[in-house]
Amino acid sequence: MNSVEGVVIASRGGAPSIFLRNITKAYGETIALSDVSLDLRAGEVHALLGENGAGKTTLMKILYGLSQPDSGQIEADGVALKIESPRDARAAGIGMVTQHFSLVKNMTVIENIALASAKTFAIDLAGVRTEIVAASARFGLDVPPDAIVSSLPIALQQRVEILKALMSGCSYLILDEPTAVLGPNDIDSLLEVIRRLRSDAGIGIVLISHKMAEIEKVADRVSVLRRGQVVSSSLANGITSKELITLMVGEQQSGAEQRQRSASPSQSPILVLDSVGVTRETGGLSDVSFAVRPGEILGIAGVSGNGQTELVNVLSGTTQIDSGTIEVEGRQLGSNTPQSLMRAGVGILGEDRHASAVHALQVVENLILDCVEKFAGKFQLRRKEMLSHCESAITQFEIKANPKQAFGTLSGGNMQKVLLARLFSRNPKVAIISQPTRGLDVMATNYVRSLIAQASKQGTAVVLVSEDLDEILELADRVAVMYRGSVVGIVDHSEASRESIGELMAGIAK
Amino acid sequence: MIDVTEEIISSSLRIATPLALAALGELVTEKSGVLNLGVEGIMYGSAFVGIATAAQTGSLTAGLVAALVSGALAGLIFAFATVTLGVNQHVAGLGLTLLMISLCNTANRIMFTADGGQVRVDPWQPLNFGGPIFSQYWLTYATFLIAVPFVWWLLWKSGLGLKIRAVGENPEAADVAGIGVAKTRYTAIIIGSLFMALAGAFITLAFVGTFTVNIINGRGWVALALVIFGRWTIGRLLIGAALFSLVNAGQLQLRLLPSFADVPFEILLALPFLAVIVGLAISGRNVPYPGAYLKPYKRL
Repeated sequence: MNSVEGVVIASRGGAPSIFLRNITKAYGETIALSDVSLDLRAGEVHALLGENGAGKTTLMKILYGLSQPDSGQIEADGVALKIESPRDARAAGIGMVTQHFSLVKNMTVIENIALASAKTFAIDLAGVRTEIVAASARFGLDVPPDAIVSSLPIALQQRVEILKALMSGCSYLILDEPTAVLGPNDIDSLLEVIRRLRSDAGIGIVLISHKMAEIEKVADRVSVLRRGQVVSSSLANGITSKELITLMVGEQQSGAEQRQRSASPSQSPILVLDSVGVTRETGGLSDVSFAVRPGEILGIAGVSGNGQTELVNVLSGTTQIDSGTIEVEGRQLGSNTPQSLMRAGVGILGEDRHASAVHALQVVENLILDCVEKFAGKFQLRRKEMLSHCESAITQFEIKANPKQAFGTLSGGNMQKVLLARLFSRNPKVAIISQPTRGLDVMATNYVRSLIAQASKQGTAVVLVSEDLDEILELADRVAVMYRGSVVGIVDHSEASRESIGELMAGIAK
Repeated sequence: MIDVTEEIISSSLRIATPLALAALGELVTEKSGVLNLGVEGIMYGSAFVGIATAAQTGSLTAGLVAALVSGALAGLIFAFATVTLGVNQHVAGLGLTLLMISLCNTANRIMFTADGGQVRVDPWQPLNFGGPIFSQYWLTYATFLIAVPFVWWLLWKSGLGLKIRAVGENPEAADVAGIGVAKTRYTAIIIGSLFMALAGAFITLAFVGTFTVNIINGRGWVALALVIFGRWTIGRLLIGAALFSLVNAGQLQLRLLPSFADVPFEILLALPFLAVIVGLAISGRNVPYPGAYLKPYKRL
């Protein structure tokens, strides 16, 4: 394994720069990347920023050979590269640490790294050990070579992954949201490692992240992806967090319809969260308070990973709260189980439509999963009533599906409509709706939004959690912004702007 | 020849009865996402408890009831371990099987065989509706005329069945939809255990009328294989049970032929199990396991 020396040579000679030229990639009808160009340079940290679904991971998968572009090419120093597999990528000096580590958990660090060197015969474990110790010292990545991987904390496992990539000779390293799994102290030391790799070893690093603070600390350049396109690529020290957030969430689309709002501040709130907290090592909630009135839409905005998922889990009953109270219609819930929330009239549309339904069951069965008793006859389920209920939902919600079709065979838009039909056929007093249009096409998106507006018109209180700021500004009466697991501000619709919300999202204003 | 054919079909139905009952029980359990490897042990336990109670009370009905109670209790223990405690299902199931077999063997020795005797009852007699094929135990009729339609109805027509299938495929989604995942799995496991108990009781109270060590003789494992062979559908499961039983009944007849006198009987005895392995090798690939198979469910 003389790959470590390879790195030395590469940095000494100045590694060739990598250029992704006019990359386009579509999945079915969804365009994930549209004519994206990006260049990477040795000894530079290039931050890649964007919302979920903006195309960051797809772009990096293409660079690492996990996915093939529909058009466009990758060049190294002006020469076209053929990257059809991660093996090709590594041969070209490109390494990647994905969000899910590819380590064999029950093996030692040495064995894992020896595995990556892919020699068929006679593995020289002692030699690998020496190389690890040398590389650890060189890159400032201390790892215990003899430890079993599963016994190491996540931060150290991540180091092993990085070291593995470096030792296989990469001069470019892609880190896909590396700090998402780390606590604050580990984040600082990872950022220090990134700095050293850049400055001392001359590695070119792509850092995918949502977090402004990290980007400010280590990035030399920042590129922002939005809806599959690079909307900005600039030097990091020439741009502020606020500007980045604005780039990420985009400009107000002209012609976006504003919902008719009928203020009814006289009514008392129907859902009240008071100082709700969930204790977790990373990603908990603290002091979340808000209230929603009947007919009102409360938008929950925030950069991904600031507690929105946890909040939705609390309101669906799958995460128990550790402090604070939840009141529905003035009555405090004893515990927030799915059953007690449903009984109180709270309905939910989860952020992941695949996790919210049973793929192997039929559409009609999924549609009544939350009210099986209602259709249970004396002896058996009243299939005819179920089918007619389903058919009327199919008509009412414009679902393109057969009642007896397996749910898993539906398109994303139709899955979402089935789940919305299930939610609204309960006539919930409060509807918790999370990322309702993620990954949907324009038609389906508009339809789903009109459904939400309609529900609020009929008096349902809606909590709309979305990473799409357009969606929130279009629909919400008030916008609550989450930052690091807390609600840091609630802005009335009339005062909500990209600036005011962007500042709250970036954790600047308080 | 017709006599032999009728005889083979008739004994196939007898042989298939405990297999079908146990496999139906396993099917209900597995549809909820739980693999019950305790099936062999639950059959063993109810076979013993059934005949022991019948011998003590002189009532086969009392024996049957006791066998069902023992099955339900064993199921409850298994459910507590796997659903409530989240213990590995393989470990809990095999542990239950070993426990039941040892407990019953010990009790059998203390109660019946210490003085060289053996527990015996007058078993149920076949009800003859004409011909060897329709001369079967009442439990055989009940299995194919009542239990099979019942399980089909339970899983695919009833509200409970919908819940069982939902928690077996995606417990998270079921939980958010207000379905009690633990409650549903407990129910499925206990219903399944009752069927396994019926299978065990059939063997001692109808088939043989006595209890000997190793009386279940791997029938529970065959039932497990049948569920996979059947791809979690009742129709295919029954086809599997029929094939196994036919091979088994056939080899019993073969043993009577003079030309097979020199063939060691163990080879013929192994034939049905060989059929299971061949059957699984052919049809056991890419089987549609329930989505949450073997996965304990816990809220975050």
